[in-house]
Amino acid sequence: MNLINLLLIPAIPLAVFLILGIFSHKIKPAASGVIGVAGLATSTLLSYYTAWQYFFVSGKVNGVFQTFVEKTVWIRFTETLHIDMGVLVDPISVMMLIVVSTVSLMVHIYSRGYMKGDDGYTRFFAYLSLFTFSMYGLVLATNLFQIYIFWELVGVSSFLLIGFYYTKTSAIAAAKKAFIVTRFADFGFLIGIFIIGFYTNTFDFQLLNDPQGPAILTWASTSFMGLSVITWALILIFIGGAGKSAMFPLHIWLPDAMEGPTPVSALIHAATMVVAGVYLVARFFPMFYMVEDGFVLQIVTYVGAFSALFAAVIAITQTDIKRVLAFSTMSQLGYMMMALGVSGLEGYEGVGYMASMFHLFTHAMFKALLFLGAGSVIHAVHSNLLQEMGGLRKFMPVTHFTFLIAALAIAGIPPLAGFWSKDEILVAAYENSRFIYGVGVFVAGLTAFYMFRLYFGIFWGKDRQYKHTPHESPASMTIPLIVLAVLTVTAGFVPFSELVTADKAGFEAHLNLPLAAIAVAVGALGIFLAWIFYKKENDLAFRFATAFGSLYKWTSHKFYFDEIYLFVARNIFFKNVAAPIAKFDKKIVDGTMEGIGNQTVVLSRKIKGWQSGKVQDYAFGFMGGLVVLILVFIYIFNN
Amino acid sequence: MELSSFLLMRHEISLLAIILLLIIAEIAIPDHKKSSILHLALLFFGIHTAVGFLPLAESFLFGGMFRSNDMIHFFKGVLNIGVFTLLLQSAEWVEKNMLSQERGTEFFILLFASLLGMYFMISAGDFLMFFIGMELSTLPVAALAAFEIIKRESGEAGIKFILSAALASGVSLFGITMLYATNGSIYFEDIVTTLNAENLTLLGFILFFTGLAFKISLVPFHFWTADVYEGAPIGIASYLSVISKGAAAFILMILLFTVLKPLMHIWEPMLYVLAVATMFIGNIFALRQENMKRFLAYSSIAQAGFILLGLMTGSQLGTATVVYFITIYIFSNLAAFGVVQAISTKTGKENMKDYEGLYRTNPKLSLVMMLALFSLAGIPPVAGFFGKFFLFTAAASEGFYLLVFLAVVNVTISLYYYLLVIRAMFVRKGEAPIPFFENKLYMRLGLLITVIGIVVLGLYSPLYEYIYQLSAGLN
Repeated sequence: MNLINLLLIPAIPLAVFLILGIFSHKIKPAASGVIGVAGLATSTLLSYYTAWQYFFVSGKVNGVFQTFVEKTVWIRFTETLHIDMGVLVDPISVMMLIVVSTVSLMVHIYSRGYMKGDDGYTRFFAYLSLFTFSMYGLVLATNLFQIYIFWELVGVSSFLLIGFYYTKTSAIAAAKKAFIVTRFADFGFLIGIFIIGFYTNTFDFQLLNDPQGPAILTWASTSFMGLSVITWALILIFIGGAGKSAMFPLHIWLPDAMEGPTPVSALIHAATMVVAGVYLVARFFPMFYMVEDGFVLQIVTYVGAFSALFAAVIAITQTDIKRVLAFSTMSQLGYMMMALGVSGLEGYEGVGYMASMFHLFTHAMFKALLFLGAGSVIHAVHSNLLQEMGGLRKFMPVTHFTFLIAALAIAGIPPLAGFWSKDEILVAAYENSRFIYGVGVFVAGLTAFYMFRLYFGIFWGKDRQYKHTPHESPASMTIPLIVLAVLTVTAGFVPFSELVTADKAGFEAHLNLPLAAIAVAVGALGIFLAWIFYKKENDLAFRFATAFGSLYKWTSHKFYFDEIYLFVARNIFFKNVAAPIAKFDKKIVDGTMEGIGNQTVVLSRKIKGWQSGKVQDYAFGFMGGLVVLILVFIYIFNN
Repeated sequence: MELSSFLLMRHEISLLAIILLLIIAEIAIPDHKKSSILHLALLFFGIHTAVGFLPLAESFLFGGMFRSNDMIHFFKGVLNIGVFTLLLQSAEWVEKNMLSQERGTEFFILLFASLLGMYFMISAGDFLMFFIGMELSTLPVAALAAFEIIKRESGEAGIKFILSAALASGVSLFGITMLYATNGSIYFEDIVTTLNAENLTLLGFILFFTGLAFKISLVPFHFWTADVYEGAPIGIASYLSVISKGAAAFILMILLFTVLKPLMHIWEPMLYVLAVATMFIGNIFALRQENMKRFLAYSSIAQAGFILLGLMTGSQLGTATVVYFITIYIFSNLAAFGVVQAISTKTGKENMKDYEGLYRTNPKLSLVMMLALFSLAGIPPVAGFFGKFFLFTAAASEGFYLLVFLAVVNVTISLYYYLLVIRAMFVRKGEAPIPFFENKLYMRLGLLITVIGIVVLGLYSPLYEYIYQLSAGLN
């Protein structure tokens, strides 16, 4: 592997960020867009080159993909425990490079049209570059601490971009919510890192995942409350991942994060940052699998499956099109987590791992496409709300067609990308547990239904009384749509089972026809139902909603999770915990500190006289100190 | 002994040659062209610094009187960079002096002579060489402190320094004689084998130790510091606080960890007491200072207290952290003194009050100052944080938890007064802020080097790894 190439991939976006950030008021908006796109295009080319080199030229030795690591010690604590900085190249990191580069480049190009005329145009591109840099760094990290640093950096860039329209109160609130909720999760992650560092004396991914390494060999030696400490650490690390990937119950920030500009939602909250949690579990997969016989993977499975179901149900009733997509993202992320959870390690047993990564890959393409398509629609009608849209297929043919492809893909209709990856996930689930499989199939049906509800609602039905006649978006926005649509059609044919697998050796994948047929049938059923309900405007949906009155109300309010959190935070936490602590802080901690401060000042005034300015006094001090030292250390210490 | 083995003294010989060349230049160059000596001195010393980094063998000369190893060699390089930066920062002031008082060459000659003394001091293989080096490094500074003879304070600083220094070196020499009396040798290599903790030896050690304690300005041997820094030209105050203190702390560490290791059970508690006293006294006095030079004087006393934390460990980790800390300290303090120097040379103002509103008029200088103070205070991610962090880690790993706690308390106190300066620069508006001025090229270079040092030393880890490797086998 060429180290310079690898380092340039993250370095270029960083440089772009610094240039755009420092000279933001000197650069013309048009120029900053070009700089951003050109920089990222270079990084993308380098990523593709790296991937080609790795997958098809030099990566495989004796049929197994090798892991390339280049690193240097950054901070040394002890001989074995140190924080390194470096790059790690293995199948999943290369795959992630492709995902991040492709989606980010498309979003960059798209943003030149979408953000045109916005006041913060340059700032927007600076943030996008910062995010892309951080994401590259996260993907390439060689150890826990490095990934944590970039983990926080993507969190910061996400915060900045959600709150991009900082004059809007709701945007600021959403940014804070996203930051605080993920912060809670990251706190767990950090504690997990400390536990790992303390008990295994290393942060290094390779050592930790090594079956002969300190973590896996000795996990059973120390236990805490019935589980190994390493298991606890993994649970905490999974909490960190669940926060970023919006798993239940840490999902509440993701729908609100839609306050950010739509390209941001496509890049960060659909395709890249939110999959970081999935990536983290995949990164540690051997450890998750071997420690405590895969206990934590059970948690991963059920959290994933529940999140997938939960989000899919909510998505049905949402009327803000971006929020529908947000819940859809959460649901699909749950799918990926679930697939990781049911996976094994060796050969074909690792089909779940492969399927998860495969779905991550295809989902990034079609979900980015859906979001960008939604952005195009919002751009045209100046609203997020489904009821203010309709009949747009005549006005926006390109958007309509690409959106349809993406919707079919996520519904799992062959031969589009989503079909292949979803099929593998269901196969993996089927072989592990029928219950999980059942949930998976049900969610697949729901997915098809809510997605086509959205599709029919936007593009079919009656025209609204639009203030301005909607028109197709400019080429800078439609070209990324077309590119992503092409990828959505073709991404399913990438031979993932030979490239990205848990044991890195690859295996023969085959289509399980009966299972595939069931999945497609369920998907088609979902589409059919959506067609009946929403193709033509009728009161069917309304009648259903009233029939299931309370259920509908619960669902459309996202099961009142925001309210529960708010209640817990305000009435329980603030009142009973935070307020007394604040009082303690103000009265006792601050009081003590101020007292110490005042006393220090008084003391310094008192002893100021020692510095008299007279040399003879100084000599006296010198000799006095000497005599004291002699007396103390010869006559007291040495006897 | 071959002639080529003298190359082990490459640093010393080349510096001596520069001194001689400058004396000749002083005589040969006519008065109206005197200022060219400034550029000449900088050029010579720049070359000397660059050449100094070429590798050097590990060996000794004159039957062990003079020795050099990779660590010593490395540290001479660090001192060279420090002095070079200091020369760049002082260039404008020297030029002013040359024009007004026709004196300037002496500045370089005396400064280089003192640096030469430090070379010998840290390369010494016996107490005699050590003492000569120490004296050579001290005496020229007294003259330098009194360099601005037209100023009363400058003369006062010179007198106070020479009197205090004479006392310290007298006591120190007395101690050396006692060590000789009990061990029968002045060579480090011999002494380490015969040293034991009998009372006369201990008396000798403590007396000897005060000489270095004076140079590092440990409490209670620190009284001279503030007055001398305040009166002396800023360049010299900077030299005393940065180069002189750094070199003395370095050689103290080498001596403690090698020659005086058998007395560790004595010097460890002794350093403990001195460290606590030095940190607290330095910090508490610094709280109330108005004059920037006095302020930095006390801050540098407190920093010396932190260095002692690393000295107490006596391990490879301790050695590495101390050298790393000193290196960072040199750059950080040079940056702070550099800004004070720049402002004082242009406007003559030296009080904290004068710095109010500086950010609005001279943003770059303020940022350099902020970086320097952050580094001195130990705020991440600048170098000073890592320096302190490693130092405290080393001390904690030897079990000095209480001491580390006290050090952290002191870091908090120090943060307060460092932030006072930052508040003055950034928050306060000020009635008459210092107007904007452009610095000359040399000054800018001098500040740039320190900024690079502060940033790079913290983030570029191979340097610490390198120091860590050099520390192997030093104890």
